[in-house]
Amino acid sequence: MTHVSGNSVEVEKLVKRFGDFTAVDHISFQTRTGEVFGFLGPNGSGKSTTIRILCGLLHPTSGRAIVAGYDVVESPELIRRNIGYMSQKFSLYADLTVFENLRFYAGMYGVPAADLRGRIDWALEMAGLRGRESSLTGTLAGGWKQRLALGCAVLHRPPILFLDEPTSGVDPLSRRLFWELIQQMSSEGVTIFVSTHYMDEAEYCNRLALMNSGKLIALGTPTELKLGSIHGSLLLLECDRLGDAIERVRRFDGVRDVAVFGNALHLVVSDAAIAPAIRTALEADRIPVTDLKVIRPSLEDAFVALTTRRADDAVAEISP
Amino acid sequence: MDDKTVVVRDLVKDFPGVRAIDHLSFEVAPGEIFGIVGPDGAGKTTTMRILAGVLAPDAGSASVAHCDVVADPEGVKHLISYMPQRFGLYEDLTVDENIRFYADLFGVRRKDREARAAELLKACGMSEFRARQAGKLSGGMKQKLGLVCALIHTPRVLLLDEPTNGVDPVSRREFWAMLYSLVGQGVTVVNSTAYLDEAERCHRVALLHQGRLLFCDSPARLKSRLQGSVVSIVSSEARRVRDELAAAEGVSSVVLVGDAVHLFVDDADRRIRDLSARLTGRQIPFDEIVRVTPTIEDLFVEAVRKDATRVAA
Repeated sequence: MTHVSGNSVEVEKLVKRFGDFTAVDHISFQTRTGEVFGFLGPNGSGKSTTIRILCGLLHPTSGRAIVAGYDVVESPELIRRNIGYMSQKFSLYADLTVFENLRFYAGMYGVPAADLRGRIDWALEMAGLRGRESSLTGTLAGGWKQRLALGCAVLHRPPILFLDEPTSGVDPLSRRLFWELIQQMSSEGVTIFVSTHYMDEAEYCNRLALMNSGKLIALGTPTELKLGSIHGSLLLLECDRLGDAIERVRRFDGVRDVAVFGNALHLVVSDAAIAPAIRTALEADRIPVTDLKVIRPSLEDAFVALTTRRADDAVAEISP
Repeated sequence: MDDKTVVVRDLVKDFPGVRAIDHLSFEVAPGEIFGIVGPDGAGKTTTMRILAGVLAPDAGSASVAHCDVVADPEGVKHLISYMPQRFGLYEDLTVDENIRFYADLFGVRRKDREARAAELLKACGMSEFRARQAGKLSGGMKQKLGLVCALIHTPRVLLLDEPTNGVDPVSRREFWAMLYSLVGQGVTVVNSTAYLDEAERCHRVALLHQGRLLFCDSPARLKSRLQGSVVSIVSSEARRVRDELAAAEGVSSVVLVGDAVHLFVDDADRRIRDLSARLTGRQIPFDEIVRVTPTIEDLFVEAVRKDATRVAA
């Protein structure tokens, strides 16, 4: 380990095996203080196992993980006191009031009695829930519930906050408000560790780590991942007779992947220079082309390209 | 006779204390993939349940495949397949056994079902999992098995309620590839989703908020409704960029997204010049400043904000 800091997550050659199945396979990474770090991966990629290890809930088979300055094997209970954890779906008691939920979490996280009132006031203010202290949590709209869950998770001022798919299903306006709160905390030095497979959440992260089959297959900023994931270019094709066009372009030399997006196709090509030849070929088959241009891959394009790339391809360590 | 596959007129549904659907109207053309898009609580599931004939509306009319679902809720059931959010897969049955169960339920003849099942399983890459227990499949595979079961008979309209909820991007693409191929075979698809990025994959979408229809159009035309444009600035000091430009002339709002800042501006070409000059003057580094296509989410946020202002006034 290079250094141990109170608000970072440092993982070195972490391995977790269940019987003969390797769920986490020698992963290493380190978060930076105050960054929003996204931890991505498809179902079964080892993402949840890693997070359970980082929260001190599961022992690794080998390797090291230091969270908030504490070793996950030696001091799991200290880790749990020094992190906040929020999962939008599960963390609140619907039949308790707003105030009761806050008091419950304050107790669980060991907030000192002298701080209690002040911290609960702070959370009510932050979540915009002042005046609703005695509302039943189950009756709150999604955006409020989500901000209450956030308030509960940070009552004890943790230096590291774990968020598990924090904004799935919440309306976009509330979601933007939520991310503004998160950005505010991160600018105050709290390290935010977001695990998700929703790309719209990943977009809000400063850096992203991508897991697949237990391995860390990419690490970089969203822009680096978008630009570095696809070997070649991504073309947007708008044309008539989409079904026929798919069949034609699939057979075209240099086209590696085709995905349908509404009235258009996304083509992964080894070289954008083949675009005019694709247009000619389609028009020769009487498929009129309305638009054919190079577009920047979305984070989803990057995710799909990186996770479906064959195992013998080089690991994309995109970040320097 | 109307040639539309789904016709919804002035639909209203109240639940105690809340109007779940508030005078909703839309139409779906044959062979379309139509998206009902909105956050939790927008009325998506209620709409789907009414279309499937399992919930009666309080007012208004709805027809699916020329069958009036209000007057004849049973009649619609052999014309559609409805996949609710929690599709009833039997976790302790295998993939094949689940398919057989649904084939019996839908009255699919034995000689037809084997070929159909093989074709569907192949299309979703699940041929080698036929003997696996459904409970041991990943989330994405469970969703695909749900779709296979829902399609074991040949419906004219497929109603899918949040089929990709909790599904990772790779499985989600496979799922969508299956939908596009069904449409190629003449099936009309109505699906609901809380993910606004998913709206981009539909031919047309109805954007719902609190039971009301905000917009109904193709994704491209929806985006062209947004006044002004979005400028993206990629910078290692995104926060400084945001703070510096938040109140700049012509900028109506600013969002920090990862390593970039998105600014809503009145005139992209003109503002890009001004904004980059200002950053250079302040010695704030940036890697890129470009105009980006607004997303459906941008449109949604604008519309809801305007609506809130209107209600407040």
